[in-house]
Amino acid sequence: MTLTKADIVANVYAKGMLTKAEASQSVEASLALIKNALASGEEVLVSGFGKWSVRHKAERRGRNPQSGQPLILPPRKVVTFRPSRVLKAKVQVKDQDQAAPAAQPQEKESSAGEPASKPSVIRKGYF
Amino acid sequence: MNKSQLIEALAKDQGLTIKKAEMVINTIFGSVEESLIKGDRVEIRGFGSFKVKDYDGYQGRNPKTGEIIEVGRKKLPFFKVGKELKERVDN
Repeated sequence: MTLTKADIVANVYAKGMLTKAEASQSVEASLALIKNALASGEEVLVSGFGKWSVRHKAERRGRNPQSGQPLILPPRKVVTFRPSRVLKAKVQVKDQDQAAPAAQPQEKESSAGEPASKPSVIRKGYF
Repeated sequence: MNKSQLIEALAKDQGLTIKKAEMVINTIFGSVEESLIKGDRVEIRGFGSFKVKDYDGYQGRNPKTGEIIEVGRKKLPFFKVGKELKERVDN
């Protein structure tokens, strides 16, 4: 099930500290505060969750994919999100319980089968 | 802006106590986190959406030593910027 703003408002209301109207308004206001900060070029850091920052993209040459006309794309600003290490780890947990123990023994077997020689051969070709 | 500044700004903006504002902010991010852990999507109109992306394993290299290493399958949280926010930031 997709979590929406209405679900978040319901969760806030369920804490029993605010009225329904206050819960809804304060969720709206929180999002607006974050958006305003980003719109003004400021980054937003929520420790344990992640960081939003504004990146400046340089002007670049592009092409109209329909006509093939070359054109210049103007510089622009984009929002990027970097999840915190904590959040990354939490999202991982479920999968690692099932997949990692099954996958790792296999990897160890194959790398033990062809020891050090293989990587060094590939490295020569690579450089 | 960090989390405590966000809490203060919210308290001021909505006339809430710091304690209540803190609860709101923690519940917002707590809810998002909980959904992502379950593997569910989060969609907040005008702001953006979160989902967990599945990445296949691949053979990588330690950039310092050139050593080949196996990178296993992994899941990572991913945020897609919503239309309104995207346009406001770039105006």
